[in-house]
Amino acid sequence: MSVDKLKKAMCGVLAVALYLASGTVFAALTDMPLNLTRGVTETSQRVYDLHMIILYIVTVIGIIVFGVMCWSIFHHRKSKGAVAAQFHHSTTAEIIWTIIPIIILVAMAVPATKTLVFMEQTSDAEMTLKVTGYQWKWRYDYLEEGVTIWSALHEDSNKARQRDPSIDPETVENYLLEVDNPIVLPVDTKIRILTTADDVIHAWWVPALGWKRDAIPGFITDNWTNIKEPGIYRGQCAELCGRDHAFMPIVVHAVPKAEYVAWIETQKAEQAASAASANKTFTKDELMRKGEQIYTTQCAACHQAEGQGIEGVFPSLVGGAIATGPAADHIDIVLNGKNLMPAFKEQLNDAELAAVITFERNKWGNYEKITAKGHADVVQPADVKATR
Amino acid sequence: MSAAATRTAKKLFIFAIAMFGFGYAMVPLYNVFCDVTGLRLKGKTGEITETVAATVYVDPNRLVTVAFDTNVNSALPWRFKAQQYTMKVHPGVITEAVFVVENNSNATVIGRAVPSVVPTQAALFFNKTECFCFTKQTLTAGERKEIVVRFVVDSKLPKKINTMTLSYTFYEAADSKNVAQSDSNTVKAIDIKS
Amino acid sequence: MSYAAVHDDVHHDHKPTGIGRWLFSTNHKDIGTMYMVFALIMFFIGGAMAMVIRLELFQPGLQFVDPQFFNSMTTVHALVMIFGAVMPAGVGLANWMIPMMIGAPDMAFPRMNNMSFWILPFAFALLLSTFFMQGGAPAGGWTMYPPLVLQLGDGLPFLIFAVHFLGISSIMGAINIIATVFNMRAPGMTFMRLPLFVWTWIITAFLLIAAMPVLAGAVTMLLTDKYFGTAFFDAAGGGDPVLFQHVFWFFGHPEVYILVLPSFGIISQIIPTFARKPLFGYASMVYATASIAFLSFFVWAHHMFTAGMPLAGELFFMYATMAIAVPTGVKVFNWTATMWRGSMTFETPMLFSIGVLFMFTLGGFTGLMMGITPVDFQYHDTYFIVAHFHYVLVPGIVFGIIAGVYYWLPKWTGYMYDETLGKWHFWLSTISVNVLFFPMHFLGLAGMPRRIPDYNTQFTDWNQIISIGGLAFGLSQLILVWVVIKCVRGGEKATDQVWEGAHGLEFTLPSPPPFHSFTTPPKVTEAMAHS
Repeated sequence: MSVDKLKKAMCGVLAVALYLASGTVFAALTDMPLNLTRGVTETSQRVYDLHMIILYIVTVIGIIVFGVMCWSIFHHRKSKGAVAAQFHHSTTAEIIWTIIPIIILVAMAVPATKTLVFMEQTSDAEMTLKVTGYQWKWRYDYLEEGVTIWSALHEDSNKARQRDPSIDPETVENYLLEVDNPIVLPVDTKIRILTTADDVIHAWWVPALGWKRDAIPGFITDNWTNIKEPGIYRGQCAELCGRDHAFMPIVVHAVPKAEYVAWIETQKAEQAASAASANKTFTKDELMRKGEQIYTTQCAACHQAEGQGIEGVFPSLVGGAIATGPAADHIDIVLNGKNLMPAFKEQLNDAELAAVITFERNKWGNYEKITAKGHADVVQPADVKATR
Repeated sequence: MSAAATRTAKKLFIFAIAMFGFGYAMVPLYNVFCDVTGLRLKGKTGEITETVAATVYVDPNRLVTVAFDTNVNSALPWRFKAQQYTMKVHPGVITEAVFVVENNSNATVIGRAVPSVVPTQAALFFNKTECFCFTKQTLTAGERKEIVVRFVVDSKLPKKINTMTLSYTFYEAADSKNVAQSDSNTVKAIDIKS
Repeated sequence: MSYAAVHDDVHHDHKPTGIGRWLFSTNHKDIGTMYMVFALIMFFIGGAMAMVIRLELFQPGLQFVDPQFFNSMTTVHALVMIFGAVMPAGVGLANWMIPMMIGAPDMAFPRMNNMSFWILPFAFALLLSTFFMQGGAPAGGWTMYPPLVLQLGDGLPFLIFAVHFLGISSIMGAINIIATVFNMRAPGMTFMRLPLFVWTWIITAFLLIAAMPVLAGAVTMLLTDKYFGTAFFDAAGGGDPVLFQHVFWFFGHPEVYILVLPSFGIISQIIPTFARKPLFGYASMVYATASIAFLSFFVWAHHMFTAGMPLAGELFFMYATMAIAVPTGVKVFNWTATMWRGSMTFETPMLFSIGVLFMFTLGGFTGLMMGITPVDFQYHDTYFIVAHFHYVLVPGIVFGIIAGVYYWLPKWTGYMYDETLGKWHFWLSTISVNVLFFPMHFLGLAGMPRRIPDYNTQFTDWNQIISIGGLAFGLSQLILVWVVIKCVRGGEKATDQVWEGAHGLEFTLPSPPPFHSFTTPPKVTEAMAHS
């Protein structure tokens, strides 16, 4: 291929690339995400402003530096008859381009330092939320109220994210950004947020609040937020935490204070009711229905939708030794966990545990095996309570 | 291979070994860093004697909120709560906070609590005269126990800090399983006798 | 160094033949070639893993792989590319070029050289064998943070020993390079006359010796935590998982410069050649490189701002990180000044070097943005950082290595490579690498975390563009393989000087150079220096 032909080909490629790029840019400007959110807290807005300032500064520097390079590339080429100068040193120039960047950097450091100091002021909070990361769900404790919320991936997203999904991800609203129990927080309230974790390191991140913070097992860290506008704000775990790292979203409902107070009261009432349900006896149908729901959100991530597990990692429940063994062993492992299997004693109440254990013992042909062995097929809340 | 090159190589090799050692030296260095900055409470950090505590200046005009946060690792079958979630204290006054631990399992279990104080800056001014940090707690099956922390907030605590959180996470101690094992063995032995 | 002894060995110039030539090779050129070939193979293995990642991310939902396997892909992709492709390629170039550039017959310790290469395939066999083990390959990220990494099954000790072997290999290589440069320079080749590639490699070698043992220490602590009851990183035993991050990044940040400095050195050789003008500010280039290396030991915690640190710590690491921009800026300005008022031609090595100049600088800008602590709280662990380090690593470092390969290939083989194919390689790579990595900035800013196999549907469009760019970039690299094979097999004969504007001792040797580079040491004068 001659040089001329090559040049033509290059121009062609470039033209096509530019055409595609302009199309992309147009599409992007209309509906593709491009920039950081401004968020809904003073912190997030300060961070956004800082981000934009630095972005503009580096863009200007970039235009100048790349401009000089391009000028040189186009004008100081041999094919245009340029003759090389032989200078190789200029102390003045080198001092100038050392000093100027230092000045720019100092100018950047000042607002950055102010914002950082502002973000560290966790005192004077009106309430405290403790966030605990688990593989792969979040636990939230409203410390003053004594209310605990467990928050895991929403059922629809969970079905849609399986290898052979029963729901198309495209049809799920807020795919992977929806949870079963969103947390509710009041607006115009300074909220202290403590983060920690139970098993491995996670990171709690809601972009609209303006920061993320690692949740480290054994230690707590403190942050704060003050949400200005009511709304639903979504985020995700930001620190790789194992297989289902992508599947433990965060949803915050920010509501007016009065609405928050009402919500927290219902939560308290519900927790009291669930404590009471431990003394109830349910029919097998009731347990199976409730158990299926719990199984989908709590167990299917590892043991899979059809209980088949993953070979070598997560044991199969289909005809499994524990799922078809004595009920007491089954209750014990779900309550207290073992190796990778988490303990559920804190996050599920007796009724929920009884339901999911009953479900596992009767599904996938396990019922036949259990009755053949003569073990109990139905587990009641009272049985769980006795084992606790 | 010249003698000079061999000498250079030997020096560099020693340097490499030293840097391997430095990797390990980062462990105590990190602990010093934690002590100085209050990032983590290591060992006896922040523990003082009653006599020293009694000398701390009492600031009657200032109230600091101390919150008590409790965590139990999911491998430990215990409940663990502070009797009071928050206390308002005057800096310099020795105060006692009571925590309740309860073993829900039907075996003896040994637990160990890891302390953590935030904000980190406040950790430098939070002193304990009595603490269950890092010391092992043994609870027999179903046992319920009250444990206390006696602490004093230094009156030099920076003015902008008025809330601090003392957090504990209880873990099952490494040797807990052995105890539980021997415990159940004794139970069996008794069974046989009877 | 006794040149006479080597001189007597001239009859060795007929090369050993057969597999023994490679297995027992003590020749710097043969070992250099093996390093380069190994790096190329690992580049394609790591690239294949990247293809799996981009395939799974082409659309939302899980179509092809399990999330755990996906995590293994991201983890092992990084380990293979860093330790298997980029570092060996750099060492390979050093092996080939340093003795020729300083006027030495070979490396100082030829047998150690052989060993440090042959450890590599063994180490990677250990690492890659974990794919067939109970619990699978490492999936906790290349940073190996505990406690997550300790959840790995049988593969954990294999991962750790692989890292140990890689460390030993690099340290031996680094010692060899320093010993060679310090003791075997030709008469008149003073330190301030060394070609910049040699300078960047001396500094890289010192970084390697300082940083790799620290990594070895960190992973050893992981090993004893898992199997021998220590509790360095276990909160339950009085340890702290964040401590690992400090130790790891004390290695990890210098490691970034271990990867990038040789690339800086390469383009500092190439740009003067094709601008037909001496390198601007040689001395300040040396000092800037050294200060970058020095500062790299004081910025590690900027990788872990979100882990929680006292305010003073955050401020210190922010300022230190920003300070690195100064010497880096000096380098970029000096390269620009070298081109300024030159008489430039744009053969493939020059094109790739200019690519480095533009795109590394772009990666530097995003690096500066992330050094600003409060904003990093948003950027951290998103695709923004993925975009940043890939800009630095691929068009910044890999392009630099490729530039070096094109630049010296005629010297190595004695034949000119196919310039047309080279230009195709450059343009296709440059276009596709930007299609591949530029949109990642947008995804990160819009809130897509890194290391996830599945994402919300709002991210689909960009991910599809990225995947197409990734495939195009991967396929473009096959051109490189073809160019190299074609060039090795023959073509237009290369002159000794190869390039019109080329200077330096390596260009005084015939193309291809004799088996032992300089059997009689050349005399180096001020006029020959600096290029």
